[in-house]
Amino acid sequence: MKYRLEIIFIVFIVAFAALFLYEQNAQTQAKWEGSDDQGSAAIEATGYTPWIQPLWTPPSTEVESLLFAIQAGLGAFVIGYFFGYYRGQRECPKSS
Amino acid sequence: MHIMEGYLPWQWCVFWYLVSAPFIIYGIYLLNRQVKEHRETLSLLAVSGAFIFLLSSLKMPSPVVGSCSHPTGTGLSTVLFGPFITAVLSVIVLIFQALFMAHGGITTLGANDFSMGIAGPLAGYAVYRVAKALKLNIFVNIFLVAFVADLFTYVVTAIQLAAAFPATHGGFLVSFATFFAIYAVTQVPLAIVEGLLIALVFKYIIQSRGDILVKLNVLTTEQVTKIMEGFK
Repeated sequence: MKYRLEIIFIVFIVAFAALFLYEQNAQTQAKWEGSDDQGSAAIEATGYTPWIQPLWTPPSTEVESLLFAIQAGLGAFVIGYFFGYYRGQRECPKSS
Repeated sequence: MHIMEGYLPWQWCVFWYLVSAPFIIYGIYLLNRQVKEHRETLSLLAVSGAFIFLLSSLKMPSPVVGSCSHPTGTGLSTVLFGPFITAVLSVIVLIFQALFMAHGGITTLGANDFSMGIAGPLAGYAVYRVAKALKLNIFVNIFLVAFVADLFTYVVTAIQLAAAFPATHGGFLVSFATFFAIYAVTQVPLAIVEGLLIALVFKYIIQSRGDILVKLNVLTTEQVTKIMEGFK
């Protein structure tokens, strides 16, 4: 079958999203925060204080999400560029 | 899996820098050689790096657990270029996130690259070789590699933190259980998504540049032809 991998992927993503929506309603206490932050909190709970601060911290979660979006965008751009390039190469092989 | 700036005692920061450095240095050597001797693989190298960039920026909710984490995206370059080059690509992403997002840190860079760029990819690469020897379906193989590389990264983070912060009662194991629950359990559904995504992308790579995969010794020409026929 031509699109079997695509179908498996889409079915799983839909199931993933459905499970998330269900859990979002079922778990009222869940904060959906980052596991990194939970890890840092668990470390602080042992009485440890960080010995150095980051050089620069984004002033808000909005600015932080902007930077993450830029990161994703850069990655997606490079991937799209090369897949488009490959496609072009396939359809118009160099006439030598 | 990022350990935040300042959240690792300096002795451990030094330790993980020393452990990671040889892998990264050897990776830089391999990377230079790859680019010089096999220029045609450069585009796939860029795509592999871009995948780490893209996937490690996506913070996804983990159903059941009720927290968020992000995939690592290291599976693709592990299969194509091996764990050492993956260590170098990961370090670039980690520096970017540490400097601009205060996500991870420069002092913890050695520890974070060890989990994401070295231990995860090495485990993934071991899976790749075993699955290849067993002649497992290539897409199942890629799925397993990406899944293991992602999940093992977070297991290693839990080990690193448990070693640095052993519980006063019960020591390393009690502490490991805490960090394992926070990092690794959250990661399971995300690692599955990542595995499926990378297996799917691998199909597109076979379709567009099967010839490079042959050069990289990932597949033989016959396998490429056979797989392509399977999708008709």
